[in-house]
Amino acid sequence: MMKTYDIVIIGGGPAGLAAAVSARKSGIESILILERDKELGGILNQCIHNGFGLHTFKEELTGPEYAARFIRQAEDLKIEYKLHTMVMDISPDKVVTAMNREEGMFAIQAKAVILCMGCRERPRGALNIPGYRPAGIYSAGTAQRLVNREGFLPGREVVILGSGDIGLIMARRMTFEGAKVKVVAELMPYSGGLKRNIVQCLNDYDIPLKLSHTVVDIRGRERLTGVTIAAVDEKGKPIPGTEEDYDCDTLLLSCGLIPENELSRGAGVEMNPVTSGPVVNESLETSIEGVFACGNVLHVHDLVDFVSEEAAAAGRNAAAYVTGARKEAEGKIVRLNPTSGVRYTVPAFIRPDQMDDKLTVRFRVGGVYKNCSIGVYFGEEQVLRRKRPVVAPGEMEEIRLEKAKLLQYPDLDTITIKIEEA
Amino acid sequence: MKYDVIIIGAGVSGCAAARELSRYQVKACVLEKEEDVCCGTSKANSAIVHAGYDAEEGSLMAKLNVEGNKMMPALAQELDFPFLQNGSLVVCTDEESRPGLDALYERGVKNGVEGLRIVERDELVRMEPNISDTAVAALYAPTAGIVCPFQLNIALAENANQNGVEFFFDTCVEGIEKLGAEGFRIHTSKGDYEARCVVNAAGVYADVIHNMVSENELHIIPRRGDYNLLDKTAGGHVKHTIFALPGKYGKGILVAPTVHGNLIVGPTAIDIEDKDGTNTTREGLDEVAEKCANTVKNVPLRQVITSFAGLRAHQPGHEFLIGELPEAPGFIDCAGIESPGLTSSPAIGVMVSEIVRDLLGLEKDPGFIGTRKGILNPEELTLEERNALIKEQPAYGNIICRCEMVTEGEILDAIHRPLGARSLDGVKRRTRAGMGRCQAGFCSPRTMEILARELGKDMSEITKAGGGSRIIVGVNKDRI
Amino acid sequence: MEKRELICIGCPLGCMVTVTMENGAVTAVEGNTCKRGDDYARKEVTNPTRIVTSTVMVQGGSDVTVAVKTRSDVPKDKIFDCVKALKGITVKAPVHIGDVIVADVAGTGVDIVATSEVK
Repeated sequence: MMKTYDIVIIGGGPAGLAAAVSARKSGIESILILERDKELGGILNQCIHNGFGLHTFKEELTGPEYAARFIRQAEDLKIEYKLHTMVMDISPDKVVTAMNREEGMFAIQAKAVILCMGCRERPRGALNIPGYRPAGIYSAGTAQRLVNREGFLPGREVVILGSGDIGLIMARRMTFEGAKVKVVAELMPYSGGLKRNIVQCLNDYDIPLKLSHTVVDIRGRERLTGVTIAAVDEKGKPIPGTEEDYDCDTLLLSCGLIPENELSRGAGVEMNPVTSGPVVNESLETSIEGVFACGNVLHVHDLVDFVSEEAAAAGRNAAAYVTGARKEAEGKIVRLNPTSGVRYTVPAFIRPDQMDDKLTVRFRVGGVYKNCSIGVYFGEEQVLRRKRPVVAPGEMEEIRLEKAKLLQYPDLDTITIKIEEA
Repeated sequence: MKYDVIIIGAGVSGCAAARELSRYQVKACVLEKEEDVCCGTSKANSAIVHAGYDAEEGSLMAKLNVEGNKMMPALAQELDFPFLQNGSLVVCTDEESRPGLDALYERGVKNGVEGLRIVERDELVRMEPNISDTAVAALYAPTAGIVCPFQLNIALAENANQNGVEFFFDTCVEGIEKLGAEGFRIHTSKGDYEARCVVNAAGVYADVIHNMVSENELHIIPRRGDYNLLDKTAGGHVKHTIFALPGKYGKGILVAPTVHGNLIVGPTAIDIEDKDGTNTTREGLDEVAEKCANTVKNVPLRQVITSFAGLRAHQPGHEFLIGELPEAPGFIDCAGIESPGLTSSPAIGVMVSEIVRDLLGLEKDPGFIGTRKGILNPEELTLEERNALIKEQPAYGNIICRCEMVTEGEILDAIHRPLGARSLDGVKRRTRAGMGRCQAGFCSPRTMEILARELGKDMSEITKAGGGSRIIVGVNKDRI
Repeated sequence: MEKRELICIGCPLGCMVTVTMENGAVTAVEGNTCKRGDDYARKEVTNPTRIVTSTVMVQGGSDVTVAVKTRSDVPKDKIFDCVKALKGITVKAPVHIGDVIVADVAGTGVDIVATSEVK
């Protein structure tokens, strides 16, 4: 007999934990978290810097502290979990096949599945940087693990490509541990990281940030000996004559995160090419009924607080699906149309009869816009206009929609969200 | 140390020769300057088993190519390495070039390639829906295949080792002394070795080794080829190996699936001086990206997971140079082994071993075991078999590389089998751990821990690929 | 009169704020868009502080390191003194969040406490 659970949660990081806690609080007894690592908490366990939790707990915590609060809640609620357990496959009818040392390969029939697999870093290969392939090139997160969890220094003279937050954090971190960080190069004309991290991780330590620059050559046959950095034009192409050589033994890459959706694809979940995450409706439910997604597997977030918030909604919605509290959908669908600077929205569409009284729609913008507004249109009619001094790709944006308001527009089929001049 | 025969170089030619020699009663060893087998040309190439229509009729290259191609399926069975006869298509994209396609067909037939035929556009599109819109016809070679070049090389080495051939790594040949009838004394970075016969299978360094014993200087030109490797999501873009008919675009870029389900696109061909110049260049990678569109449309280049460059051991005569040097009796060159060298390697091994056999009057070894089992791939087991395995060896239930789903059990096997892995790249070539879409970002610290534990080393001693390629340079705060 | 330029970290706008000081006292803050910028700039020029986070080694535990931080912020010019004070420190497992690893680090009056659990 196959084991059955009401809700199986794939991944025990911040999204999985918050989803589990919320599902339990919504009355679901039978919940199982499957976690591939040796502990719950996911990537937060290696994010030892502070700055987490200002929204959720109204105080500034480090990553492990933030994780520990959710782990404690999960344990207090006696939520079942398996560690060291790799999910190998999710079938469209929600049979989850997993493996660990003790139980071998086993299958579980879930009534609902919540995808919480998080994301991974873009590797060097995907960046197509020419040169040699010596030791000493790490994604920032790999270096973070080596330094923070294992106490090892992966290098002494460091160049960082990409100004994502992990790269910025690692610039300070490596400096603390005795490495010299020579420069951070960023392909775009703006940083992908938080302003606070630029000031507190780079400026505090006089580490230069070179915007519109990239690595054009990598030297060293065994261990890295140096890289060449050049300025790039508006199209991101290196400008000849601007090359500068840096001697270094380490190149850290912080060039973006990719939602980890191999399992979702295997299950047949419809994907959004912009986010590389599943297409979801107002309930954060994917194209497969009863399969939900939240956190960085759905779209890459800037702050964990928003992951927790989103995951709590996914947990509630999965619970409603399992208990049958959710009423039959009438079939009416309102598409969200991201345009003019808005790259995508989560959710991608809304069934007004299924939505909560208030629904948070999250999105990111494609460039830096100053003194602008976020405009929301029901059909042609502008229903919301929020002035923003600045929006940037590094920060997630959100708007809230009210069910009562949507129901006033029975013929509504498209909600457009765009960036406009203020 | 004295040997009957010493092979210089543990690439695919050297290891094929070693494996074939191990059929005889002979004291043999292989000297390799790198820390592992398969570290030069053999590790960075197109992984193609060519049908044999390319090489000039009557050449040694043509002969060994066709022979090697015919040997490969059985060898893959005996030595348990991945091989797939997927067939190749040489695509002609303009009617003017059609005579070139016909000439290729004719040459192939003369070379003894079986099953060749010209397919016209309609059929071509049915065979390969993503073929370029400009394709007019193609030469179809059903006997062409794809192989895992690492596993072919490693399998040959392991089998040779099982049958008594010794391997010495990190052993760089620095000079060779002729001892007359006694043979040769080889000076290496790890001391002297003596042998009656020496086989020079040193790849791009074959000229350096050759010139140590011969006045007739050989020149091997490293011909660099840049490649892109794409994610498995792109692996189905083509089924056959797609070549461009050499024509107005020069020598083209191939697009092929790999035996592991990725897509490979490349190579360029740039002659360089530096025998270790395995760096990719912007121009090279751009050329690959641009030219692959000549034969295959919509190659999903956004799915690139890594790029690399390999060096072909090109010699100006573009012919395999295999044979005893008259000026140095007992010294056998196995030089100029460029494409189709990988394909030809089984036949090269036989040819070299027969030369040595005749020189030394070797007798067959009745104890020779011609089969070898590769590292178990748990994904090929049934659920019951897999669970039985995990129960017996729980390490097979512990996934280390998430992208390629490689278990700790496989990594342990890679480390502990004959000529086992000693570095991250060694583990990668044997198990594919770290070869997937995250390119070892996640699994490298874990694989390092396993290597350190199993080899009794400190984490700081673990390297990417031997030598000075250390991953860790110190511990936190050690210099503050 | 002394002028200092800062980037405000209050929001992604990152205003360039110019602070004018006379005899150690702030006389003017310019360039900020909002009140938060004013507050940040005044604090940053008169008493800049930071939370310092790092790790120390652990013996006999489920992990070999434990994450640590200064329990509250410390003067910015004391950051490296705090980090140096952690050099060579090894604690014994178990370690719990909030355990004091170094009391009154580098004379700041602030303790270094554990921020992760090691069993």
